[in-house]
Amino acid sequence: MREYIPVLMFVIVAIGFAGVTLGLSQITMPIRRNARKMAPYECGVEPVGSARNRFHVKFYLVALLFILFDIEAVFLYPWAVTFRQLGLYGLIEMGLFILILFIGYVYLLGKRALEWES
Amino acid sequence: MKDLLQNPDFQLVFWSFVKIFVILNGLLGVVSYMILAERKVAGRMQGRPGPNRVGPAGTLQPIADVIKLFFKEEFIPAAANKVIFNIAPALAVIPALVSFSIVPIGPNFTVTDLNVGLLLFLAMSSIGVYAVTLGGWSSNNKYALLGGLRSSAQMISYELAMGLSTIGVLMLTGSLSMVEIVKAQQNLPFILFQPLAFVIFMITALAETNRAPFDLPEAEAELVAGFHTEYSSMKFGLFFLGEFTNVITICSIATTLFLGGWNGPWLPDSLKFIWFFAKLAVLVFFFMWVRWTFPRLRYDQLMNLGWKILLPLSLANVLVTGLAMYWLQNR
Amino acid sequence: MTAQILFAALAAVLVVSSLLVILHRNPVTSALFLVSAFCSLAGIYLTLHAEFLGMVQVIVYAGAIMVLFLFVIMYLNLQHDLETGVQTAVRRGIGWIAGAVLLAEAGLLVSKRWAVGPIAPPEAVATPGNTQAIGIALYTRYLFPFEITSMVLLVAMVGAIVIARSRRERGDEATVRRVRLSALPDSDPRVRTAALAEPSAHPEGTLAKGDRETYEISTSLGGAVTPPGEESSR
Repeated sequence: MREYIPVLMFVIVAIGFAGVTLGLSQITMPIRRNARKMAPYECGVEPVGSARNRFHVKFYLVALLFILFDIEAVFLYPWAVTFRQLGLYGLIEMGLFILILFIGYVYLLGKRALEWES
Repeated sequence: MKDLLQNPDFQLVFWSFVKIFVILNGLLGVVSYMILAERKVAGRMQGRPGPNRVGPAGTLQPIADVIKLFFKEEFIPAAANKVIFNIAPALAVIPALVSFSIVPIGPNFTVTDLNVGLLLFLAMSSIGVYAVTLGGWSSNNKYALLGGLRSSAQMISYELAMGLSTIGVLMLTGSLSMVEIVKAQQNLPFILFQPLAFVIFMITALAETNRAPFDLPEAEAELVAGFHTEYSSMKFGLFFLGEFTNVITICSIATTLFLGGWNGPWLPDSLKFIWFFAKLAVLVFFFMWVRWTFPRLRYDQLMNLGWKILLPLSLANVLVTGLAMYWLQNR
Repeated sequence: MTAQILFAALAAVLVVSSLLVILHRNPVTSALFLVSAFCSLAGIYLTLHAEFLGMVQVIVYAGAIMVLFLFVIMYLNLQHDLETGVQTAVRRGIGWIAGAVLLAEAGLLVSKRWAVGPIAPPEAVATPGNTQAIGIALYTRYLFPFEITSMVLLVAMVGAIVIARSRRERGDEATVRRVRLSALPDSDPRVRTAALAEPSAHPEGTLAKGDRETYEISTSLGGAVTPPGEESSR
């Protein structure tokens, strides 16, 4: 557990570095504000419409599928490091696991859930 | 006083601080000069000299760039969420820096040897997605929002294949500790045993760091500048720094996992870090080379590549590695 | 000693973040406090020598599930709460009752001195390594739950696709119409007529550049299409 102290220190140092950089830039920068500068940037045209439009359900699906496959990857990590001890049975078990998830993946492809029209 | 110096906890903290200080400064220096190197490499590949006015052959260019960024005025859009607008650039830099704490630079030069080192790197890249998402959302700008959304969807799609491509290396090593992985490559680097995993890792590394040819969400000719449209001055500088630091971190991880880290002939242990930096330089040059060679992928091509090609390939790699290892063990 | 200070600090961050999740008005900031709560929970796992669990907590919970939450929260156009006063009163009443029950339970547990601290000496469990130990246990003794997990993930995958697809099919007609419109030149009369009906049309009657690429799902359904998780909550 002691080996995590350097990681904590690194996190604190990194936060400090980011904070110092941002703070220093606040001190050194000129401030000449006007209304034009504060408007959102849209290639020079006047902004049209609100910035909060609805989004395509595809992004939700991508995030959800990412969770599911990430959990699968997380199961693969302890299996991979103990692979030599688990032998053939380990291989068959994990093969079964990946096969079941592969069925889901084939369903995903077949139902064209991840089609991205350009 | 002598008791304090002998105290093992104090020694741990002190030497860690020294290592962190050296690595942080080294990393920042390397990143600044890597930006210069990229511009010169890009120039040469395009038949022009690149920056060569500031200092001899342009070597003071990064310093000029940093000073310029400090003195630029910063615009925060009127309706932006101020707190998150300020946090997002910091979130871009911190995970990239912290991932460096597990990278074994030399035989005794690792900031720390965690026995789940590789998972720390993956955890930090998961946190790195937030920088993009929050940066895009907090700007209150349609283009930044879309750019942030598309960029984070791209990053999470490729994170899967990246994690899965490292499984083969873990099977060969039997440990998640980066130091163990390097030690296991004393005779032969793992790229010889896992060539497909190496290729998948490099492609997903390009996509994770939003580098060309996967930089559609932040490319200049598309969607303005994507999620960092409204950022200026040092906040933009931190995003930029975070992106390049990410490149170096991912190339270091690739060096450790596939190219053998600091292993190499002819050098004594104390100089082995030269091998590490040489391999790292090769991979970083490869990143730059790819950027100025290939055209940009369209977004749907990008997502198709991540989900329909790289994901099944990396799973297949895991199964094939398992079968091969079992067969070789029990011949 | 340092372990206890570390635990106290992490627990304080966890409790404060969790409180701020429910007390903050802005949903995005609440989600971010939840992320920090998960990260401090991961730190607590690390102090218990469960390193694999700590890292996986960050990778899966803070790095995947909260990204999903943030996608949905950020890109939904959240208006004011549409509940009536009675619904608010009922919700708050139940909340106070549940909180009182939990507080009584916590008081009972603390007074009976249950789960004061770790029983085994902390160094004893560190040697085989948390990941290896989990690997051996999970794939030999607990094989059946592991295979059931794959079934659970399969069901989740199929369910998500089914729900999202039924939404997409209804939204596709409007998307196809919009894609066809954006392929026409600006001067085409069909674009002008369509543009006048658009809610965010440019004053001169052509579709604004931004709207061609806007990912609006449908205005023809007469309402917003919300992702599956949002319908039950309101």
